[in-house]
Amino acid sequence: MNSKLSDRRGFLKRGAALAGLAVGSIPFVNGKALASVTPGLIKGEVDTKLGVTPDEPTIQDLLYGGRSSYEKTVAIDSIGRLGALGLRNLTPLQDSIGVITPASFHYLVSRDLKLPNIDPREHTLMIHGMVDRPLTFTMEEIKRLPSVSRVYFLECTGNSGLAHYKSLLGDMKRGRKDVTVIQGVHGRTSTSEWTGVPLSLLLKGVGVQKGASWLIAEGSDIGRHAKSIPLTKAMDDVIVAYGQNGEAIRREQGYPLRLLVPGFQGVCNVKFVRSIKLVDKPYYLRPEISAYTNLHPDGMATWYESQVGPKSLITFPSDAHKLPGRGFYEISGIAWCGRGKISRVEVSTDNGWTWKDANLQQPIFSKAWTRFRLPWNWDGTETVIMSRCTNEYGDIQPTMLELAKLWGDDRTPPIPASEIEQWWETSSISEFLNNPIQPWRVKPDGSIQDALYNTLLPNPYFPG
Amino acid sequence: MGASKTHCTTRYCRIRISLAKANFLLPVMALLACGTAMAQLPIYNVGRTPTEAELRTWDNVVGPDGKELPPGSGTAKEGATLYAAKCVACHGKDGEGVFPYRALVGGRGTLNTPAANLTVGSYTPYATTIWDFINRAMPQYAERTLSPDDVYALTAWILAKNGIIKETDVMDKNTLVQVQMPNRHGFYPDPPQAAPDKNRSWLPYWNQAKPAAKSAAK
Ligand code: HEC
Repeated sequence: MNSKLSDRRGFLKRGAALAGLAVGSIPFVNGKALASVTPGLIKGEVDTKLGVTPDEPTIQDLLYGGRSSYEKTVAIDSIGRLGALGLRNLTPLQDSIGVITPASFHYLVSRDLKLPNIDPREHTLMIHGMVDRPLTFTMEEIKRLPSVSRVYFLECTGNSGLAHYKSLLGDMKRGRKDVTVIQGVHGRTSTSEWTGVPLSLLLKGVGVQKGASWLIAEGSDIGRHAKSIPLTKAMDDVIVAYGQNGEAIRREQGYPLRLLVPGFQGVCNVKFVRSIKLVDKPYYLRPEISAYTNLHPDGMATWYESQVGPKSLITFPSDAHKLPGRGFYEISGIAWCGRGKISRVEVSTDNGWTWKDANLQQPIFSKAWTRFRLPWNWDGTETVIMSRCTNEYGDIQPTMLELAKLWGDDRTPPIPASEIEQWWETSSISEFLNNPIQPWRVKPDGSIQDALYNTLLPNPYFPG
Repeated sequence: MGASKTHCTTRYCRIRISLAKANFLLPVMALLACGTAMAQLPIYNVGRTPTEAELRTWDNVVGPDGKELPPGSGTAKEGATLYAAKCVACHGKDGEGVFPYRALVGGRGTLNTPAANLTVGSYTPYATTIWDFINRAMPQYAERTLSPDDVYALTAWILAKNGIIKETDVMDKNTLVQVQMPNRHGFYPDPPQAAPDKNRSWLPYWNQAKPAAKSAAK
């Protein structure tokens, strides 16, 4: 099996055929795809009664509560073949409100659907390696320690990557109708309030020895996911977390204990964490070699690039919506960054010619989604809307073409529509940590289309 | 010691002790679990010193120096039998990969071509990575059912198939770490940076200082 160009390309090719095997067999009812948990396995129609309070609830029904039966939003199961490779649920960003993602909508990446169901009385965390006092903690003990609650985003490294878009295209061609770019391509990010013990507190307590510079975190999941994390990061803001949005972390998110490595790619945030070992070098584990590295055209690869760049998205209106007519709308979206706070979000409603500062929801949390809003009067004509953000260090979100330049691609727009597939195939843009500006094209009939992946707009698109 | 007594009433400890009884090691085990050298987290007085046995089982992620590797050994020949029984279904008869699973063999000389084929042979810079992943995560659906000898043998088979070691080379704790992987110097920055995030921009390393491209001969 020859993978083309790089790992990600191989991943794409393998995936595309897999999608053919699997998703093609999903039946449709009233134009709505029936969900499959693993492509090829039909699980049944998406049960929108999931989590709903019955019309005439008993007191029992209300002990954990539910939502109105009129609410249908769900985290869709993975588009295309990405599901088979462990990328599973996608957050419904198009319906996101404020900055907190309900745990039930949180995106999920997991090689195995056989999630462990760990009895917290049996779970322990061992801290060992280059420490004065190796120690094992029970969950009860961890919960007795001083805790913090912080709002942080998580994002899968491959989010917004070309693989996601290709997968979505494949699904659309096969007639699946419940997929959109906003959810299917960008939906592997979520924000929660996480509660737990600062890892620095535990590390100070066990006495980190001189010379230790990395730690190796390992989880209790079936694939025993493990990851090297720089000690400087661990001492800065990493949390050993057991709480998510006011309740225990869900199984999907690593119950009863996980690492939260703020601002770093999702793969660092080891779930079901059971072991933290202090060492003097990274361990070159599989998820930091065979995946999550970037091979460049000259055969050299970069690795351990963990920090998510400045990124923003208009979530309303987006390609999941249709505007009923001209008039007032509030443009709303999210902006986040792996390095500090978002300090500015600008929105353009005229194809990138002019930009206005959006209002930022307060308080602004570091390394968390920041909600932005801008009042807008749509005159009913075709236009392109988009957002771009800046963080407190002055890093600005790039366009896809600027990203391409960063990756050594000097071809300039406009790229004729007929050559777009070819451009994508041959561009050297990384599949990982993509943070391009996402333009949405508003059509006169109020429908909205992606104007990034399916087209590389000629100027005027972000002039200059 | 109050705290340690509490711990020995946990189910885990009871299991340990009954196991120890079966092995007539009770006195030693009990001593390790409940007796000597117990430490706790200063100030908060929680946590306990893991037993030697616990440390051994938990300390199983293998780094490039191979310090965590257990005793044992294996050759490609032994690995071939195991591979045929436990791995072919997904990784193919000669390690070529069965769709959609990855190839484990091949790809050398392709990394700087448009047909780059990334396998543990052509891409992975340390042999310990292969040993570690097989040991903790393979074969899928029967993870952690292989003995250390099995894992040494399977790693030897993969390395030999890739032409990195000889069929007859014995892989063990000492020889595995000495294996020179062809792509050992294919990554940068090397060693990886561990700078705190505040000091680093999000821009890819690609955009920062870059070493000379490697030769096509690889
Ligand atoms: C049921 C299918 C299956 C079987 C059987 C299986 N593997 Fe795998 N193997 C996988 C998958 C899937 C991955 C990718 C794992 C991941 O992403 O976590 C993988 C990855 C690997 C890798 C890492 C490849 C890389 O490029 O980093 C090695 C090495 C490996 N397997 C060895 C083995 C060996 C040795 C056996 C037999 C003992 C085996 N596998 C059996 C499915 C399988």
